[in-house]
Amino acid sequence: MINFQYTRASDVSDAVRQIAADPTAKFIAGGTNLLDLMKEDVEHPTRLIDITRLPLTKVEETATGGLRIGALVPNSDLAWHAAITQRYPVLASAILAGASAQLRNMASTGGNLLQRTRCFYFYDTATPCNKRELGSGCSAIKGINRINAILGTSDACIATHPSDMCVALAVLEARIHVAGPGGERIVPFADFHRLPGETPEQDTNLDANEIVTAVELPAEGFARNYTYLKIRDRLSYAFALVSVAVGLEMDGTTIRQARFALGGVAHKPWRDPSAEAALNGQVASPENFRRAADLALRDAKGFEHNAFKIELARRTIVRALTQASRGTPQSQSNKKIA
Amino acid sequence: MSHDRSIPRRPGDISRREIMQGAIAIGALGYVGADAATSVAIAAEQQSPVGTPITRYIGTAISRIDGDAKVTGGAKYAAEYKVPGLVHTFVVGSTIAKGRIVRIDASEALLVEGVIAVLTHENRPRMADNDKAYKDDAAPEGAPFRPLYDGKIKFNGQPIALVLAEESEVARFAASLVRVEYEDEAHVTDLYRQRDAAFALPEPAKPRGDAAKAFGASDVRHEGEYYVPIEHHNPMEPYASTVTWDGGGKLTIYDKTQGVQNVHRYVCGVFDMKPDDVRILSPYVGGAFGSGLRPQYQVVLAVLAARALERSVRVVLTRQQMYSLGYRPAMIQKIRLGAKTDGTLDAITHDAVTATSQYEDFYRRETTWSGLLYHSANATYAHKLARLDLATSCDMRGPSAATGVYALESAMDELAVALKLDPLELRLRCYSDRAQTEGDVPFSSKNLRECYRQGAEAFGWDKRNPEPRSMRDGSDLVGWGMATGVWEALQMPITVRVVLTANGHAEVASATSDIGTGTYTIMAQVAADMLGLPLGSISVKLGDSTLPQSPLEGGSWIAASVSNGIVTTCKAIREELLRLAKKVPNSPLAKATVDEVALADGRLMSRQDASRAILIADVMRHGAVDRIEMEKSTSFANDGKHAHNTHSALFAEVKVDEQLGVVRVTRVVSAIAAGRILNAKTAHSQIMGGMVWGMGMALHEETLIDHNFGRIMNANIAEYHVPVNADVHDIKVIFVDEQDEIVNPLGVKGLGEIGIVGVPAAIANAIYHATGKRVRDLPITLDKLL
Repeated sequence: MINFQYTRASDVSDAVRQIAADPTAKFIAGGTNLLDLMKEDVEHPTRLIDITRLPLTKVEETATGGLRIGALVPNSDLAWHAAITQRYPVLASAILAGASAQLRNMASTGGNLLQRTRCFYFYDTATPCNKRELGSGCSAIKGINRINAILGTSDACIATHPSDMCVALAVLEARIHVAGPGGERIVPFADFHRLPGETPEQDTNLDANEIVTAVELPAEGFARNYTYLKIRDRLSYAFALVSVAVGLEMDGTTIRQARFALGGVAHKPWRDPSAEAALNGQVASPENFRRAADLALRDAKGFEHNAFKIELARRTIVRALTQASRGTPQSQSNKKIA
Repeated sequence: MSHDRSIPRRPGDISRREIMQGAIAIGALGYVGADAATSVAIAAEQQSPVGTPITRYIGTAISRIDGDAKVTGGAKYAAEYKVPGLVHTFVVGSTIAKGRIVRIDASEALLVEGVIAVLTHENRPRMADNDKAYKDDAAPEGAPFRPLYDGKIKFNGQPIALVLAEESEVARFAASLVRVEYEDEAHVTDLYRQRDAAFALPEPAKPRGDAAKAFGASDVRHEGEYYVPIEHHNPMEPYASTVTWDGGGKLTIYDKTQGVQNVHRYVCGVFDMKPDDVRILSPYVGGAFGSGLRPQYQVVLAVLAARALERSVRVVLTRQQMYSLGYRPAMIQKIRLGAKTDGTLDAITHDAVTATSQYEDFYRRETTWSGLLYHSANATYAHKLARLDLATSCDMRGPSAATGVYALESAMDELAVALKLDPLELRLRCYSDRAQTEGDVPFSSKNLRECYRQGAEAFGWDKRNPEPRSMRDGSDLVGWGMATGVWEALQMPITVRVVLTANGHAEVASATSDIGTGTYTIMAQVAADMLGLPLGSISVKLGDSTLPQSPLEGGSWIAASVSNGIVTTCKAIREELLRLAKKVPNSPLAKATVDEVALADGRLMSRQDASRAILIADVMRHGAVDRIEMEKSTSFANDGKHAHNTHSALFAEVKVDEQLGVVRVTRVVSAIAAGRILNAKTAHSQIMGGMVWGMGMALHEETLIDHNFGRIMNANIAEYHVPVNADVHDIKVIFVDEQDEIVNPLGVKGLGEIGIVGVPAAIANAIYHATGKRVRDLPITLDKLL
């Protein structure tokens, strides 16, 4: 942990100005991930710009029937917000599947998008890690890789994105509002996080001096047929081995439109348009679900300790699609798998 | 110290049996409030050799007398003492597993404002240069680790430097600037890789018969290999020492330990200090579970720094650094069981390979439990030790039994399947009323049969369908499994001091520890009953090296040792009171002997005729004494004619998602026979905690080592999984009556370890019953069930 300057940003443009002026500065909101990483000597910002006083704490209706969630809305508030629980229950469910009540109270919406991988080697400065120090090598590929990725990996990195909330946002096709020196722009959720490729040090496509200001949800919330199913090594307070968020538009027993995303398996929440398309217009049946799961995992590649995730993901997709199609979503308090 | 004033002082009308079976066993996470359980007269006490007519407090569900202090922050732990001019520190750990330090460059760290010094093997003060000085009461054979002694690296995370600063944050920052150059050597941390190089230990226990021959001739045979990974203790309180520089080189040390006098001798040895110049205090310990039996390296670092600077110093380990201490060794166990078709055992062989460091030979007797628990004419054991480039392994809750009995009880379940016999019925057919491993002697008491009966009844075992995968709950497969638990009823020599003052107050003192088990409370209970005083009139002192001699708090022996020690010393108090009472004119006790009198209700009274009594206050006033102080030692001679053990029967229900392998442990029942239960509430907590830990051992716990680096990769409690609330459902604890007039006067056997023993096997066996899959390597994570 290093000494750092602490400043406050008065508004969004001030925040952008401050970060642009200091290349080693970082924003801090809830700090639930950044402070840990600083203590572990993984992150060394010389300046923390406190953004918690920015006016980004509202959940507002949009003109197109969706919601605009301020980047500083705490995860807890969002999970229990009436508009979320009623219209976007998959998001509420995913948030409640993650972390602990205390962490959710501190963690912000924008920060959740930006949390960093839990790969053991990223956290341990005694070992090489390309994400921490590009060019030092990936220790996980031949190391303890039980929690690592099976999809979209590269020779440089097999880390996963640890968020639960983001898996639901992927299904909802949220749009991320960001502000930077060049003004504001909107990033489709699928383009927000990256695959590691040769540049695993970059988790997202956010530019260095940009700040997340809001997460916008489109009108469609899949409030009827949804689920968030998280499989982990204990029944709570653990990161996902595999998780699946599902949103379905059903017409009787026929699927009009299907979306599903996987967590815990890739460097970003994983969607596969071809697997989803294979469900559209089809009857909700185990065979169809399995076909979609097979498609989604056709390029999956396991490592020494995590090859099981391929079959686990396949089964979890089938189960989650079953839950969603039946309108019996997974409870996050009763740990029996629905 | 505050006292629980809500305890009714008159004997209630609830029988002890009802308390033991009903009130305590109220299920998951339920506590018995003091008002739910009434204090109880134990009829048997009237004839007991203890000589007290009424036990008002012993056996009842009294809340911890230190509970208020603990929940209000009044109880201070080793890192919490405010000391003027304190120097803060941060430990730098090695990042290689084996080799030597070529160079340590602290120049950058020393430039940080507030940094005082960086202590390394190159600039530390003098410390002992012989192994003997570093041997503590719990040291195994070998050459103990010497912190900052030289530049050799013996394990990854080994402390190699200590940054000293005026603030802890500064020390931590500066620690990140210490540059170290190593010369690497090839290391090995994988037990399987080192298995063939393991060396045999002397015969763990005397074999009997010819197990190999008997196994070959058995009607039904089972052979299995079982694996337990390295596990870490993870007590809530991190290891810490606050050393206060008292001037003239004298040190008072607040330390986290399970034995203040062990640390005292160790510090005196390592630093060649006079006993009077060192005092170790450890009044509260936030869990230790065996990790605090040996002095840990933070105390050495803190003393080195205090002597270097002649200032007070604090060293606190981070959670991550706690993984550089001892651990439950990884082990591979092979069991062979041969039986007749009627389910009686002909042969038991138990072979173990366990892990230790390159420099000390830590091991326990994993294998011997197999020959003790069940009757078999033939039994042999073999134990090998594998040297790995890790810190020395050490005791961890239920050492050897949590692991050895896991293997045995899994194997017994597999044998029951092979025999097509109910697993409980198999245990009954192999039941042993004699300890064959200890010269075929009877037990001082063994009520395991009743544990099986009461446990099975509470669980509903008779409704079990023996067929695997036959019981369901929706998409869940339901499995019921059982196992037996066993531990030793150990006791150690101890000295207890009691000071009775004329105002009706007593102080009871011994240098033992309360590591969260409730030692303060049971000491007060026993002293109150033995002195005939209200609980609130007793104060307890422990965790101070200047107090009368106590052994380490470990092995489940403290409750039995200290409570019977109190009985001994209180008898001396009673003798002295009787001597004074006889001098009172017309003394109603003029002709009484010490065994004919008792202390009760503030009076010294005849046990035959309660009307012949004198107030203790009057006796002392008449004798013109303000205080009576007695200090007596108690030792426990084993007659060699009895084995001393505690037992338990475990029954577990799991629900396993058939497709996804997610396991929920929905019910666990533990029926325990452990002699007299001193405190129904703290005893319940002890057992419940052990059971939850057993769930963790079965399903979650595993220290993950990257063998390329020889480094622990999940050194934190986010990724080293232990059960959380969501994992814990219905837990039922049943204490089965077990009177034991042989083991010691109070009939106390201890409860620290027995709670965990057998639980992992019961759960593993339930998972087999649910899924038809036999997983022989812990933890049983869901990938093993897909």
